[in-house]
Amino acid sequence: MTLKRAAAITGIAEMRPQKSADGLSTLGIWADVSRQAILDAGLERKDIDGLLIGPPIVEMTAMWPAHLGEYLGIHPAYQNVVDLGGASAAGMVWRAAAAIQAGLCNAVLCVTGEASDVETFYAPRARRPNQQLPYREFEAPYGPMGVNSGYALIARRHIHEYGTTSRQLAKVAADQRTNACANPEALFYGSPLTIDDVLASPLVVDPLHLLEIVRPCTGGAALLIVSPEMARRSGQTPVWLLGAGESSTGMMLSQYETITTSPIAVSAPKAFAMAGVARSDIDLISVYDCYTITVLITLEDAGFCAKGEGGRFIEEHDLTYRGDVPLNTHGGQLSFGQPGLAGGMSHVTEAVRQLQGRSGERQVRNCELAFVNGNGGIMSEQVSLVLGVE
Amino acid sequence: MAEYQKPLPAPSEVSRPFWDGLTAGELRLQKCEECRRHIFYPRSLCPHCLSQRLGWVKASGRGTLYSYTVVRRAMNPAFQTDVPYVFAIVQLQEGPRVTTNVVNCTPEDVQVDMPVKAFYDNITPEMTLLKFEPA
Ligand SMILES: [Zn+2]
Repeated sequence: MTLKRAAAITGIAEMRPQKSADGLSTLGIWADVSRQAILDAGLERKDIDGLLIGPPIVEMTAMWPAHLGEYLGIHPAYQNVVDLGGASAAGMVWRAAAAIQAGLCNAVLCVTGEASDVETFYAPRARRPNQQLPYREFEAPYGPMGVNSGYALIARRHIHEYGTTSRQLAKVAADQRTNACANPEALFYGSPLTIDDVLASPLVVDPLHLLEIVRPCTGGAALLIVSPEMARRSGQTPVWLLGAGESSTGMMLSQYETITTSPIAVSAPKAFAMAGVARSDIDLISVYDCYTITVLITLEDAGFCAKGEGGRFIEEHDLTYRGDVPLNTHGGQLSFGQPGLAGGMSHVTEAVRQLQGRSGERQVRNCELAFVNGNGGIMSEQVSLVLGVE
Repeated sequence: MAEYQKPLPAPSEVSRPFWDGLTAGELRLQKCEECRRHIFYPRSLCPHCLSQRLGWVKASGRGTLYSYTVVRRAMNPAFQTDVPYVFAIVQLQEGPRVTTNVVNCTPEDVQVDMPVKAFYDNITPEMTLLKFEPA
């Protein structure tokens, strides 16, 4: 089975992240980016016959597709929630393509994001009585700092096994900030950052510093994924799905066989094999970056360098939009912001913009192939994509 | 003494022997009678072979520190008086890994792969948590 060229992304929309909700609602944000994505793809509301939603992290309820379908006045033939944490957006792309290939629908609207901020994100969540999830029983009593402490455990073990340094990790944040300073839509646009700044920021969860940790905020994004026939008729340059792979491990790090190698070692080779392209063919790397360590492990497990060589790879390459290895040219979530699961979608929207040649000042020259990776949980849910233009 | 404010485990039928063991001052793990592997966390079936023939055995309480972090800002206010504290994963001698805290030492004393042994922390009259200290 292949999904190569089964569908194309022809429309995107993305709200500029903002530090707090300022009276916006999650549904309102979704409706707004949905409308823009439909317009961007040159479609009409009646064309939308598929709907995939990445649920908000803070606001919990059931039947999100019905909520948005009603709000927008659409009646999809195919609808679902994609619940892979930060990997949801990348997961929606191949699920939409598979549904289109199966003939279930022709134009799938993929939406996520939320009205949130640092305070609501870190506020204690409402307790449901009788909830017997293992992490409640076997992790929460020990005081984890959300998922921050999980990524810190991964970073500490990686440092121990491979000699990775905090300086190498900090360079990810600094290079991505350079990218954000060429992206007026980024939350941290206009605030340059050096490696030393990152290392001078407070150690929040050893070995991770404050500026190696993503900032929750408000925002949203949407994609329109359409059939090959609709893609060819659209006014936009179709961005084709060329390869996809997915793999996952679990919820609690204590249950993983290893914490320094992620399921990207499974999902990325699948995506590259389906696309029939090599790592060296990739013009843009657009990969999930909730923390600096996430990027390092992704580079290793996706095969851009050997296992354990991620630190040196980051040191030896310029990861900015002007560099030899352009990575997260929108600033990554570390500098663009993390509006819930729309943070994960930002890696897809940026790849689409770059491939369509509409990234402005930060446009990567001759950008024809992009590698996108979505990551959910604590390096648990992994979706790898290869996207390309003709 | 003030009431215990931190999250308390809510033992299930399946996990009850584990928590009862800690209260009695010993570490008890499930062991699969088919594939002979030790299991943590307690389950109704073996995650290695799906067998339901599981028994409980006394474990050594010995292990090494697989990884750790020092939490310097508590997310749950109940932990605020503890910062900085060590949040860790311990590799048990018997095979499974557990999430825990390393106690009875300073964060500076903690190193990856160091030997550790169980410390039974009686947090309430009914509940004991499995923590670890340098061995
Ligand atoms: Zn077994």
